[in-house]
Amino acid sequence: MHLTKEEQAIFDGHQGEGASIALKILVGIGRVFDAPRLVPIRRAHVALSNQEGDTWFAEKLQKAGAKCLIPPTVNPGYCMDVFLSKGLLSNEDIDAMQRCHEAYKNLGAQMNYSCTPHLLENAPFFGEVVAYSESSATVFVNSVCGARSNRESSQSALCAAIVGRVPEYGLLLEENRRAQALIEVEADLCDDFYYSILGWLTPKKIDNLIPVYSGIKERPTPEALMNLGTELNVTGAIPMFHVTGFTPEAPSEEAALGGREPKLRIKITNSDITNQLDSMFQPPGPIDFVIFGCPHYTLNQVKKIAALVEGNKVKTELWILTSFHTLEMARRTGLLEIIEKAGGQIVPDTCVDQSCWRHLAGKVGATDSPKCAYYCNIRDMSFIVRSLRECVEGAVRGEIR
Amino acid sequence: MNGKKIFRCRKIADGVARGPALISRDSICFYMVSPDTGTIVEQDHAALGQSIAGKVIIFPSGKGSSVVQMDGLYKLQLKGFQPKAMIIEKAETVIVATAIILGIPLVDRVDDAFYETVANGDTVIVDAFKEVVRLIDKTSETETIS
Repeated sequence: MHLTKEEQAIFDGHQGEGASIALKILVGIGRVFDAPRLVPIRRAHVALSNQEGDTWFAEKLQKAGAKCLIPPTVNPGYCMDVFLSKGLLSNEDIDAMQRCHEAYKNLGAQMNYSCTPHLLENAPFFGEVVAYSESSATVFVNSVCGARSNRESSQSALCAAIVGRVPEYGLLLEENRRAQALIEVEADLCDDFYYSILGWLTPKKIDNLIPVYSGIKERPTPEALMNLGTELNVTGAIPMFHVTGFTPEAPSEEAALGGREPKLRIKITNSDITNQLDSMFQPPGPIDFVIFGCPHYTLNQVKKIAALVEGNKVKTELWILTSFHTLEMARRTGLLEIIEKAGGQIVPDTCVDQSCWRHLAGKVGATDSPKCAYYCNIRDMSFIVRSLRECVEGAVRGEIR
Repeated sequence: MNGKKIFRCRKIADGVARGPALISRDSICFYMVSPDTGTIVEQDHAALGQSIAGKVIIFPSGKGSSVVQMDGLYKLQLKGFQPKAMIIEKAETVIVATAIILGIPLVDRVDDAFYETVANGDTVIVDAFKEVVRLIDKTSETETIS
């Protein structure tokens, strides 16, 4: 890989050991993917996880003197105030979150603690080269914003933020962004939730090819597109998709495919969606809790919940995870009050996959997010996966029917 | 046959390691491996219930979210249940970055003949420095890494 004089100086340690480590890792990755050079970025998002491995690496770079040239936004851990006040944290939990916060703060990150920065504080432009980790964010900025990011790991994105560069390969290049599989959608997808199921089953049918979905008639909502991309990166590793007529690099099927024949051509029908849903996770039954917000809920989704719970009381715990910005907007618009009166809670800065949820181990919950159900399985939480409406009704009844 | 077979590969993360082969038809997310045993616990996974600890694991690629490979492999490494080496078919940024940072030997582009020959439990040596993978015949178990 060609390095400029300045990059060679960083590599050789003239800007400190931290920057040198970061650059060497990027060069190592670039070599694997035959990148000819590094290219500059002005945006990055790091999927901080507040878990041992991620914090170990952030501390390692911080101790080596690294500072982010491009302050990245970061993923959620958990909201210390909320979970401390409920007595749900052990001393180790508190220590871990504080270590994580200090490490990233000292590296110069923007401590926004949200997995949906692309909707608000860190939204890239069409054609902009960025380094986005958080697989649901990476796929969104590529597919919906038309920005260009590889499927960065939390660590590679942090290295990119430190030196302000990424190796040039993969989805940074026009020719690699074209669809490889054509998916004719005959399913109705009448609820945003069904886009989650579509995303979950796609990699099983096309492996990790880039799909173009054709035949979708109504413009999908931002939430639908987030659902689709999120699940493509749970059962698979698909950092880009196209929806004919709606996503920016797919004005037509031909454009999405770059004029080439698709390697695969499949159909997805209503019965594919129903069969998938019926075989996922737990069958309907009594529930102890409901969690929404993987990825973080938008104000629109919060509004839907408020409309369903207004005047009701929930029988189960009801948690809605979102960004601090959406929480503030929910407060200003009165949605927070409605949800709190019904017995629900809106929590900022928090991910479902954290130790602060220990009290839910051994219990059965409902969520509209297959990703949440999949990862929380290792925390001994089991889930019934249903639409937002069915989950809220379940919270009110104490049961999913 | 001299009990040894050598196949070319491409280095992704440096290192030399030897261990019994574990072949997984499905891609692997290391977060869905028990850090206390090294056993794959992902429901419906082709290698569900198999332990990756101390193995040379052979699988298509990584999958899943962007930090879980690091979180999963780091915990396995702390407890000594990490794989000895990894052989993949398709390089993908998350697993590449994770292997480089944690120093677990990782190679790809292994000759097709390797895949036709290798079976679960065979002794495999991955030498990422020399960009070769060796299969050791059971009759010559005494051979050591050169």
